[in-house]
Amino acid sequence: MVSLSSYLILSAILFSIGVVGFLVRRNTLVIFMSIELMLNGANLAFVAFSRFLNSMDGQIFVFFVMSVAAAEAAVGLAIIMAIYRTKETVNADEMNLMKW
Amino acid sequence: MFEMFFFILLAVGTTITAILVIVQRNPVASAIYLIITFFCLAGIYLLLNAQFIAIIQVLVYAGAIMVLFLFVIMLLNLEKEKKIITRHRLQKGVGVFLGVILLAQIGMIFNSVLLEGGKGNFPPEKVAAMGNTEVVARLLFTDFLLPFEITSILLLVAIIGAIVLAKKQI
Repeated sequence: MVSLSSYLILSAILFSIGVVGFLVRRNTLVIFMSIELMLNGANLAFVAFSRFLNSMDGQIFVFFVMSVAAAEAAVGLAIIMAIYRTKETVNADEMNLMKW
Repeated sequence: MFEMFFFILLAVGTTITAILVIVQRNPVASAIYLIITFFCLAGIYLLLNAQFIAIIQVLVYAGAIMVLFLFVIMLLNLEKEKKIITRHRLQKGVGVFLGVILLAQIGMIFNSVLLEGGKGNFPPEKVAAMGNTEVVARLLFTDFLLPFEITSILLLVAIIGAIVLAKKQI
């Protein structure tokens, strides 16, 4: 019987891998993929709690998180394409127009 | 027993593919490994008796969002990075170290505190009797109707925003 802690630790591992990828990588698309990893880590925690607390609220919330993640991915990728059109790069280090 | 075997298999698969997502130099390879991670996660959701969420994960995440990612990667026609860490080595090392510290902290919390809450009234037998999708749908249209409708407006706004941002001239 798999305990709740196992699922939660897997969720924490996924979230930490997403955080490390977000901080280390400089390609904006890989940063976006790390954000999706973080969101999935949180989704796993929600579903695990929903199962072990005999409640369906976790799964409903995961439904909303997924739809918000889809909307955010669409808008974020449109922003990346707009930036690429002017700067010809997706390297996060080179987006320094606001630096003084 | 079978549950433990499948959980260990899927958990190891998820962790390994997730690490491979962030260390690949080619963004297309990262996207493919992320798709495999989503499939492993869908398997874990099936273990957790959340069949609707598992199928939605495959359809929405692996089927729509990652396809959108791959379209954009191929439209931008990026080339492989030569090295994934070129500057600021010390800061990236600190970043990895902080990620490990975060994992250790969350792991300690999850292992030590007794994580219990008020038990709801949907035990697995009752959900299995009615079907997982029907229970989710029933709740979505009765208790969670307002977030559901607002989500539809949010998706409309996202569509408009994505089109406006990606057009050459508005």
